[in-house]
Amino acid sequence: MSTPKLDGAQALIQTLNELGVEYIFGYSGGAALPIFDALETVSGNIKFVLTRHEQGACHMADGYARATGKPAVVLVTSGPGAGNTITGIMTAQMDSVPMIIITGQQVTWMLGKDAFQEADIFGITMPVVKHNFLVRETNSLPRIAKEAYHIATTGRPGPVLIDVPKDISQSDFTGDLNPDLDLPGYNPDSAFEIAQDGISRAAEIISTAKKPVILAGHGVMISRADEELMELATTLKCPVTTTLLGKGVFPETHELSLGMLGMHGTAYANKAMVECDLILNVGSRFDDRIIGQPEKFGANAKIIHIDIDPSEMNKMVHPDVEIIGDAKTVLQALNREIAPLETSSWLATLDGYKNKFPLAYRKQGGLRMQQVLDELYQLTGGKAIVTTDVGQHQMWAAQFYKTDASYNWLSSGGAGTMGFGFPAAIGAQLARPDDTVVAVVGDGGYQMTLCELATAALHKLPVKILVLNNHYLGMVRQWQQMFFDNRESGVNLEGNPDFVKLAEAYGIKGFNIKRPADVGKVLQKALDYNDGPCVINAECIKTENVFPMIPAGAALEDMLVAPPKHKMAKPTGST
Amino acid sequence: MSRDIVTSDSSLAPSPDIIGGHTLSMFVNNQPGVLMRICQVFARRAYNLDSVVVSRGRDPQFSRLTLGISGDPAGLEQIINQCNKLIDVIHCFEHDENESVTRELALVKVLIDPGDRAEVLQILEHFGAKTVDLGTTSIIAMIYGNSGKVDAAVHLLSKFDIVETVRTGKVVMARGEAAT
Repeated sequence: MSTPKLDGAQALIQTLNELGVEYIFGYSGGAALPIFDALETVSGNIKFVLTRHEQGACHMADGYARATGKPAVVLVTSGPGAGNTITGIMTAQMDSVPMIIITGQQVTWMLGKDAFQEADIFGITMPVVKHNFLVRETNSLPRIAKEAYHIATTGRPGPVLIDVPKDISQSDFTGDLNPDLDLPGYNPDSAFEIAQDGISRAAEIISTAKKPVILAGHGVMISRADEELMELATTLKCPVTTTLLGKGVFPETHELSLGMLGMHGTAYANKAMVECDLILNVGSRFDDRIIGQPEKFGANAKIIHIDIDPSEMNKMVHPDVEIIGDAKTVLQALNREIAPLETSSWLATLDGYKNKFPLAYRKQGGLRMQQVLDELYQLTGGKAIVTTDVGQHQMWAAQFYKTDASYNWLSSGGAGTMGFGFPAAIGAQLARPDDTVVAVVGDGGYQMTLCELATAALHKLPVKILVLNNHYLGMVRQWQQMFFDNRESGVNLEGNPDFVKLAEAYGIKGFNIKRPADVGKVLQKALDYNDGPCVINAECIKTENVFPMIPAGAALEDMLVAPPKHKMAKPTGST
Repeated sequence: MSRDIVTSDSSLAPSPDIIGGHTLSMFVNNQPGVLMRICQVFARRAYNLDSVVVSRGRDPQFSRLTLGISGDPAGLEQIINQCNKLIDVIHCFEHDENESVTRELALVKVLIDPGDRAEVLQILEHFGAKTVDLGTTSIIAMIYGNSGKVDAAVHLLSKFDIVETVRTGKVVMARGEAAT
């Protein structure tokens, strides 16, 4: 009996099935017709989610991946369909999130001729992907799909795009469905071979530290090294601060936790970075948001940098010891060589800072975002999966919604993509249907991707969309107030719709919060509502600013813990 | 990737704050788009490519790429790491002048009066160059050696009427048994 004949698209979908792909998020179109047809003709476990925009599809796949560590697939058509994925791909690339993007493409013989809906997406995406492919032979589709999955999920993860011309996907497949990978330039297994020399030198430096700090980043989460990190910290009695993306790799309620550091991190985390004599960085790339002024960062400290990506070494900061490798493997080796340190007076100093500079907010004079987030934290017991957009609400959420476990905090860090939070929450809810998922968004970012309300409603996903609505682009307004003589320019979002009525138009439940006293009871109602998505519109005051703050490019010791009394010079750093 | 030899005429001396004379060798997959990926790494970090030489490897699955570069010296380690990170790059090495040999070849077309011909030929002979085309009013010289030697020969010929130069850009090979 001969095997039924497949076309290229069917071979592609069958390969994705065998790779264990659970979800494809996407939007159809002409050049992707054969692949969409294969979704109907190839049996398997893949579920397809039709989004309302290709950017939303990427953020959903991204949210799925950040909530599970597993990749999802994005499937879109050529030209504008492919072009609309760029922001979503860039967001995943900047934050090392695995993703496979399949784009339909014009037929091979029309490439380069400005054919209808032709775009050189292979060329366009090159700077924002870990790798990409333009498929030129039907029989290579299974190999390329397997290679894409392998590249996306190993080493430092990232998005991989496969551009599939329509003639390639609809031609007969006559090749091998289980081909070997052919990637001579890619060897992620080397990350598990750790040079003992670096481990020994690190252990020696650690043994002499009196004021150590562990800086833990996203790499700990990706490598699932949370337990090893806990062992390291508790053995050494060493405080731990995490990056924005590292929230959850070390419980923020633990007594050794300093919370998040950086531009809007806790005062005690930033003070610890200034005063410490050892920075032990595990899986963070020393992003410009956390080091401030590179020349002054860690000036009095030894620095140990553990990272899987050699190109992160000496990029922002010159460490005393470089250890290149998988965080879990490195920490297992390091934990064998360390002994407890005497850190009690250092911890007492930091406890003093915790008492002197706590995260706080006022409850008088209108509703503040901090209060909403604080009460959300209390009501959910810190157990919810929280996604965010970008801006003031994001920083307050990072400060006030403490995260105790990995894969529960989903925020666009490197790219700083507004519009990320809500679609990412859809992906997270599909991935983990039994968890409470809250999309914390601002009124600006929410309006960039709220067309996905239809997607959430259709799938009856109990996502809570918490719109912290100050009718402003608050973070930009804060900068204009502090550094541009309070000249507001391009930040007033007058003309916002009534978000509750808009939700109702999609058949979605809506709640309003207008007064500080109403926060708890309205949030509780929303948390108890699980018949589908709901929108909670919280009307917040516009004049509140986020502190602590380290102006861009300033040193960590120049942190502002309260509004400055004098006019500030314009920051020298980026944004 | 194009298997043609790509050349550049820019043999200008580097400005003081940029590195000159650095040579990178890469062994890469021989596929369309690979050169573009590599060029993006350099362009994004404001490095100029003084010369690019690409040719098919002995195994046609791979290509050999030699780059002469100038740019901020502080970023060179980054650049090499970023190139090595590309999936299509098998390896990328920087080659020290003392531990490698570099050569390049130039074709120089000079318009000459009959009275100057003897002097031009004498210069070419001194540099071990060859005359590959000789006409009544023009000559094409083929000069090869390290880049400094080619520069010197072109400099001496510049008192005559050079109308075109085409240089291959340098190729590099590690000395001894070391890999390039």
